[in-house]
Amino acid sequence: MPTTTVRQPEAPAIEPGSGTGSPKTRILGIACLVGVVVLFVFAFFLTEEDQVQGDVVRMIYVHVPVAIIEYFGFGIAAVGSVMVLWRGSMWWDTAAVAGAELGLLYSGLMIGTGVIWGRPTWNTWWEWGDARLMTSLMLFLVYLGYLAYRRTVPDAETRARRSAVIALVGIINVPIVNRSVEWWANQTLHQQSSLSDGRLEDLTLFTLAMGFVVFGMIFVWLLIHRFRFGWLERQAEMHGLEAALAERRAQRDADIDESLAHPGVSEGDDMRGGDDMGGSDDMAAGSGDVGEAADGAGQQSGDQA
Amino acid sequence: MHEIVAVATKDLRIEWRSKVVASQVLPFAVIVLVLFGLALDADRGTLRTFTPGLFWVTVLFVAILAIQRSVAVETASSAFEALRLSGAAGWKVFLGKAMAVAAQLAAIEVVMLLGVIILYRTSVADPMLVVISAVAATIAISTAGSLYGVLAVGMGVRDTILPMLLLPILAPVLVAATRAFDDALNTAAVNGWTWTVMLACFAVLYAIIGSVAYAVVLEDT
Repeated sequence: MPTTTVRQPEAPAIEPGSGTGSPKTRILGIACLVGVVVLFVFAFFLTEEDQVQGDVVRMIYVHVPVAIIEYFGFGIAAVGSVMVLWRGSMWWDTAAVAGAELGLLYSGLMIGTGVIWGRPTWNTWWEWGDARLMTSLMLFLVYLGYLAYRRTVPDAETRARRSAVIALVGIINVPIVNRSVEWWANQTLHQQSSLSDGRLEDLTLFTLAMGFVVFGMIFVWLLIHRFRFGWLERQAEMHGLEAALAERRAQRDADIDESLAHPGVSEGDDMRGGDDMGGSDDMAAGSGDVGEAADGAGQQSGDQA
Repeated sequence: MHEIVAVATKDLRIEWRSKVVASQVLPFAVIVLVLFGLALDADRGTLRTFTPGLFWVTVLFVAILAIQRSVAVETASSAFEALRLSGAAGWKVFLGKAMAVAAQLAAIEVVMLLGVIILYRTSVADPMLVVISAVAATIAISTAGSLYGVLAVGMGVRDTILPMLLLPILAPVLVAATRAFDDALNTAAVNGWTWTVMLACFAVLYAIIGSVAYAVVLEDT
């Protein structure tokens, strides 16, 4: 595969100090809050308990939506990674990180609610032989590794390309997790899809659909904020680098001006002064060594004399 | 093919001269098998029942060391640059390095199998299944490991990040290999050939992904 140079931002810059919010995201945030309250009322007061599972069934209004929406997060990470490798887009790298983090968050929520649901229903917190549980945990760990890896690579372009490979390998697990209850039907306590078998009716189905909408809105709201945060972080990183370069260049210019203003300073001193100059440190250091060597030789000659 | 074999031969020749895998990694594998025996209180029934799982967990630990070693020989003298300059395609370098790791792992697995037969009193019921499933699992481990090994190059935390990245990816391979050995060693009533097919799928999948992605990663090393 031909390698690509990661391109720098093509999205409009976000004003420093403007934060990650906007009027639209604030409206979306308020809609999320209202949605959570309405979902809570429907889930706990308006829907009835299950004849077999009792009140525990209310967990599906959270568990099922987050389990499905988690795939979108990892999907965004995969698409973003493809775009990083194909087009070298840093915009997509930022989107990939945001998607992976949210996928991980929703995956954690899914595992957590599943564990809580499993205790009264299956009489166990965790079933080691269960295909769905194990594959879900592996997916969680794969993307945990992805995020941990990103923190270890300092260079942004290298980080983007390398982590894209990890995200793309990780996405293989998504269909495995999703199909695990069918592929290993005799190795799981987990029931088949509650949506496809048509067992849910009326208000229960409506409340579940509302769960999808509410957790979907929360996902979008968090995604926008996380993306903007990542973008600001990248800008700050670039700004810091540019500021450091500008400072070094200014220092170099000042040194040159000073050497022009005082032409009587010895050549060896000038060259040693180059250690502090911007540009190539190696060359400056090398010049310093030559200067010191010349001084040393001069000292030797003086001793001999 | 010539370049793949050349890279693999180079790695195996380095190992033959340095004897790091033979003198350090192999004893480590035996030590882990012994520690499992001690931890399980020398209960041979338990050991025999769980031999497949203990065997493949040990292989994964050993694989981490072998992969780190495979990367270390390239980073120690900036040999990755030489590999790039050699003009060999990235996928050929990848397959060559994966082949060398697979060969080393296979040798260690043979010794480990003898170890579990002697130490755990395990008997092999289906030698053909043992060989084929082990070959498929070893290829899957070495291909995924070679890709992730080079991903960890150039970072101060290579030793810690590699297991964190690699082991979750290899978890399905661990499960499938353990089930296949369950059948081959007659420790559980499962169809080992079905799991071997899955192992083969993972081996092919990781080999393809690694071949495609290796060049991208190698460029950054």
